[in-house]
Amino acid sequence: MENPIIELVGLTKLYGSFKAVDHLDLTIERGEIYGLLGPNGAGKTTTILMMLGLTEPTGGKVTVCGYNSTSQPVAVKKKVGYMPDNLGFYDSMNALDNLVYMARLNGVKESAVRQRAIEMMDLVGLSKSMYKKAGTYSRGMKQRLGLAEVLIKQPEVIILDEPTLGIDPAGVKEFLAFIRQLSRRHNITVLLSSHHLNQVQQVCDRVGIFVEGQLLANDHIDNLSAQLFSKDTHVVMISLAAPLDNPSYYREQLMKLDGVKNMAMTDSSVEISCTRNVTPELVRFFVGKGHDIMGVSRKEHGLEEIYHRYFENSLTENVSNGNSGH
Amino acid sequence: MEILVTNSRPATALEIMIRKEIGDLVRSWRFIVLLVLIVLTFLASMYVSLSNLRTAASNALDPDRFLLYLKILTTTDGTLPSFHIFMSFLGAILGIGLGFDAVNVEQSSGTLIRLLAQPVYRDNILLAKFISPLMVITTLFLSLGLLMIGAGMLITGVPIEGGEFLRILTFILLTILYVAFWLSLSILLSIKFKQATTSALSAIAIWLFFTIFYRIIVNLIVKACLPDPAFLSPAEILDNNNLILNILRFSPSQLYTDATTVLLMPSVRSLGPLTMEQMAGAIPSPLSYRESLLIVWPQLTGLLGGTVACFALSYYFFMRREIRP
Repeated sequence: MENPIIELVGLTKLYGSFKAVDHLDLTIERGEIYGLLGPNGAGKTTTILMMLGLTEPTGGKVTVCGYNSTSQPVAVKKKVGYMPDNLGFYDSMNALDNLVYMARLNGVKESAVRQRAIEMMDLVGLSKSMYKKAGTYSRGMKQRLGLAEVLIKQPEVIILDEPTLGIDPAGVKEFLAFIRQLSRRHNITVLLSSHHLNQVQQVCDRVGIFVEGQLLANDHIDNLSAQLFSKDTHVVMISLAAPLDNPSYYREQLMKLDGVKNMAMTDSSVEISCTRNVTPELVRFFVGKGHDIMGVSRKEHGLEEIYHRYFENSLTENVSNGNSGH
Repeated sequence: MEILVTNSRPATALEIMIRKEIGDLVRSWRFIVLLVLIVLTFLASMYVSLSNLRTAASNALDPDRFLLYLKILTTTDGTLPSFHIFMSFLGAILGIGLGFDAVNVEQSSGTLIRLLAQPVYRDNILLAKFISPLMVITTLFLSLGLLMIGAGMLITGVPIEGGEFLRILTFILLTILYVAFWLSLSILLSIKFKQATTSALSAIAIWLFFTIFYRIIVNLIVKACLPDPAFLSPAEILDNNNLILNILRFSPSQLYTDATTVLLMPSVRSLGPLTMEQMAGAIPSPLSYRESLLIVWPQLTGLLGGTVACFALSYYFFMRREIRP
């Protein structure tokens, strides 16, 4: 924690009276892969723009690589590669020329610029189509070209805004694996924003859940799920061969078991939340009642659920706040 | 050794951008269309003036008749306007055409945010958008002017005088300045409007307003506000006429035509009405280059001022504006 590469302190952005980002505090360490998660319109992009000095914060301070993003944006942009979600290239130029142009702007020497661009195209797997017009590229290819452009400046920090948007699942997996490999090999810090939680889950060291301008949670995924689901740690799903004919009776019986907190029934499957692992007792119980069990599964808490839980919480809070206001 | 040193100096971001912008520009269809338009206009007016040059040069009443190269630029038989009149509206179209989508297209295609994520200063983008078209049109007009002089020499066999050359050069610079005004206005509009079509239309609307409606409106207002000249003394009429002329000079195309007329027709002594006393004792002879330049100095500064004002406004709007992807 001694030398954070990205540091946000009390960062606030107002659009009129609308708070896009609300007193955000966040530190990211060198070499870390951080996932900024949240629904659309949560303020992720605004936060990223403030890190790059493309938007002035209303209040607070952003420091990236030791430079203040608001007052020294050019110094920051030398160290940070940014890939926006909406990738635009100069369509009339070929892909290689697009890359060469950006490399020149980053101060790559004229004698080496073409060679380096070709190497980058090779690295992202576009060497076969580098002389094609950028306008003819597919979304996935543009993504790779965008990545090549981010890498050609040899950044210390990579910021990816919705990098998985619009590419197929196999492509996403490959892309994220590549990012992770890069980060590990060259000790590059990666900040990626997304609303696709399960994809991001695979690669992030830490995630922040960002809803309505506020960071609701900020930790390792395991810790997050432990925090959030401490009340009902275990959820057991049992699928039966036939629906239960007398649900209320079973509910009564199940609640008598030690540790069972709640149960829900949909058709022939029963979902039971409990404070300890009661799977053996549950199986015995249903077998004893003469039911055929087709499957038993313990639910793991993925990011998706964590996120939903947070999101729902903030929604219900809002609703109750709204009601109390009347 | 010195050459080596200058070669090894890395190009600045602005130079790189300008190089790229010029490359884009000269390869674009839009520029080719504008180029064809201007070259055709140039050739047509040259043809008309060259075929009437003999009559114009032998007109004993015209004090400018010996300035053959200025005659080539200004002579017409009435079928076509002369080149400098053509330029007063082609220049506007050229400026608007080269600048109306400078910023908004980059923004809507998502290249602006990528460009700004590179370690470049924001004003470099604006400067590149302004300087590159100017460099291209400077080259264009200088070559047209020199071609005209060369062709004139071949056809007539008359050598060009120093004064004429200066006047033609100043005329070219003035034309570039005029295009620069419309260019900076359209860049300003391209920053203010998100859609390229909106900014193009509003630039054309401003241009049409100044070329057509402005004169009509000024006339209407003058008729309503100023008293009937029949009841005024000559001095008051003169004052009123000067006032009307000055109001008309808010229009950039008026400034341009005034200035080019004086520069290309050296016997024009004033842009406003002259009294008999002022004219008394004047010999109908061409003015020197310096004197003509003094007459059009206000026009020149006016155009320059307009250009700088538009550019400064663009700067103001663009530098602190939020760029979202």
